[in-house]
Amino acid sequence: MLKALLTRFRQGHRTMAYPDAPQPLPARFRGLPVIEPARCGDGCRACAAACPYGCISASGSLTLDMGTCLFCADCVAACPHDAISFSATDACLASRTREGLTVTAGEEYHAAVALEGELLRLFGRSLKLREVSAGGCNACEADTNVLSTIGWDLGRFGIQFVASPRHADGMFVTGPVSENMREALLATYAAIPEPKLVIVAGACAINGGPFKDHAEVHNGADGFVPVDLYIPGCPPSPLTILDGLLRLVGRVK
Amino acid sequence: MSFGMKTFYNGTSFKRSDIPVPDNDTFFQGVLDAITAGWRVCSYFGVPTADGATLYCVMSARAGSGILGIAATTVGRTFPSLASLCPQLHLFEREIAEQCLTRPEGHPWFKPVRFQKPLCEGKGFWSETDGGGLTPAVMDFYRVEGDEVHEVAVGPVHAGIIEPGHFRFQCHGEEVFHLEIALGFQHRGIERALIGGPTPRTVHEMETIAGDTTVGHGQAYCMNMESLGGVFASPRAETVRGIALELERLANHTGDLGAIAGDVGYLPTASFCGRIRGDFLNMTALLCGSRFGRGLLRPGGIGYDCDAALVDELHKRLQAAREDLAGAVGLLWDSPSVMARLEDVGIVTAADAREIGLVGPAARACGLNRDVRRDHPFGIFRISQIPVITATTCDVAARTLLRWLEAERSLDFIDEQVQHLPRGTYRNQMKEIAPERCAVALTEGWRGEICHVALTDDRGRFERYKIVDPSFHNWNGLGLALRNQQISDFPLCNKSFNLSYCGYDL
Repeated sequence: MLKALLTRFRQGHRTMAYPDAPQPLPARFRGLPVIEPARCGDGCRACAAACPYGCISASGSLTLDMGTCLFCADCVAACPHDAISFSATDACLASRTREGLTVTAGEEYHAAVALEGELLRLFGRSLKLREVSAGGCNACEADTNVLSTIGWDLGRFGIQFVASPRHADGMFVTGPVSENMREALLATYAAIPEPKLVIVAGACAINGGPFKDHAEVHNGADGFVPVDLYIPGCPPSPLTILDGLLRLVGRVK
Repeated sequence: MSFGMKTFYNGTSFKRSDIPVPDNDTFFQGVLDAITAGWRVCSYFGVPTADGATLYCVMSARAGSGILGIAATTVGRTFPSLASLCPQLHLFEREIAEQCLTRPEGHPWFKPVRFQKPLCEGKGFWSETDGGGLTPAVMDFYRVEGDEVHEVAVGPVHAGIIEPGHFRFQCHGEEVFHLEIALGFQHRGIERALIGGPTPRTVHEMETIAGDTTVGHGQAYCMNMESLGGVFASPRAETVRGIALELERLANHTGDLGAIAGDVGYLPTASFCGRIRGDFLNMTALLCGSRFGRGLLRPGGIGYDCDAALVDELHKRLQAAREDLAGAVGLLWDSPSVMARLEDVGIVTAADAREIGLVGPAARACGLNRDVRRDHPFGIFRISQIPVITATTCDVAARTLLRWLEAERSLDFIDEQVQHLPRGTYRNQMKEIAPERCAVALTEGWRGEICHVALTDDRGRFERYKIVDPSFHNWNGLGLALRNQQISDFPLCNKSFNLSYCGYDL
């Protein structure tokens, strides 16, 4: 018993200050894509050609679709002009709409806004989510689970992952929706009482991720269920997920 | 007892024409004899042909020689099942049937593996839905009949943030007579997508075979690409890969120790380890920006170099995490109520473990002394060895203790490596991969042996790229561990194995 108390004392208080203070990120973190068209060579689209998943527009003004992006930085390596990079400090990437995930050269990115009216009144102070893993690689799941550890302590915001769809206010989807999980996903959604939210996290759940266009997957949950919040990344950093959830419930603006 | 198998070392490639293709009798008898003589099956898979399949068997010799062997044989629409004689083949044979449409005659437990469509044209062996696919987990489960015997069905969606899978228990009161596990929900067609590769997408698919084993699978893929391309990773790159592999092991072992503590209701260790796991993930992020090591391993070397400041920071964080982890885990051994809950629960005997071909910590907890890092050394482990730990009690306590002892060895290893990081280049230019060759790579992921086999065609593209995740060997071990246990022991037994659904489902 004494040893347990002593260990508890040594481990100390570890819950992070976020959102009251910024959360430090590793120096090589790949967050918000930054495109500087002024640096681009004439007609150069080396970045678009280098992207294995085609998330950079090959014509017109330069845009990057974060919903498809794996944040692999193959484009950064391919760019001869240092015109594209990923912010090591900005992890606020979530969006309320699919189109909103597009980063346009020279334009500021606007992260998700809060729910409106009655939904915000209902879920702003208490949001219970049922997680469905639908064909991913378990990395999004792992970094979502992390939010319930003492470091992140999701519970302090009134947000919690619950064991049954009947207890839930919404569904949190990871994975590209494999054909083998389609039915279970829809059954879970149907079991959640109205009104309900859908949050999709990770490149898979938004657009198929690394498995995009495989015959065995459906390129994300869009089209099966109406989505209220898109959290990009492969996998999204726990900070990106937390920030997205807090924006949705109006705790971060 | 190698019946003329082509023998080779881990991480090498050779001409496909060097692979002996004996007649069926010689091949199947040879595989049986080799297993009797102590060889073990790493991978057994088919490549569909016009009227059947070519079966390839990759085997590992007894520890000590470092030798691997491969042989092949051509079969028609049926082939003899060896599963009742060699249970370690049972899932491999089902997989061959599902992927290549050739039937293992006499298979004792003939069912789908992933409820996937075959890799070739044609109709599968199991009834199909209107859409042409199979419905996952719809099959004949093993049933126990009798008074007061009941069936409990769980999944695919579980109570926590967990991958999907279906568990069917045959219970008598609280006691589990039998557990059958039906997976395939995470099937996303990785092996089919790899045919005709590699493409710029391939490395990303390799990193997401099992997201928590990004480095383990990444290492195997890089080894295959390098041996096929005739490129070597520099000592510096191999050292960083080794550090990343052990960080991955540390993060997951730490997470498991916390989860096991949580499942027996011992919250101090559960909460501490949940956080310390993150410290190890963040060390990986220090190397490459991603907590799971995405982008770190690339054919030819590593994607990100380390400077002195980074190495110092890593070393400093490692010391702190070691202290925190030792304190958090030490509480377990001092709490009689915790130990009483772990001991004599979920036993898999050494004999059973050997027969079903367990790998990794699950095998070592049963006293089986096998570890790819020592038996078939690759990368940095050819130069710097990590002692192999085994336990003898074969229960949840053994699997718990083993994780801690392995974590200690990994900490020592990284500590040594960061202080002697070789100088030199971190990435060599990749070359085109060679046609008509076979490459085999084994690595020791944190769950155990990972095996990748690449077969290239006459244009230097993958005709087949076979992946075996350690979970493919080990899920049956969990089923056996539950025999005659209380059904309430399931979460604890499950955590003590912590197997991958997506690595199995591919």
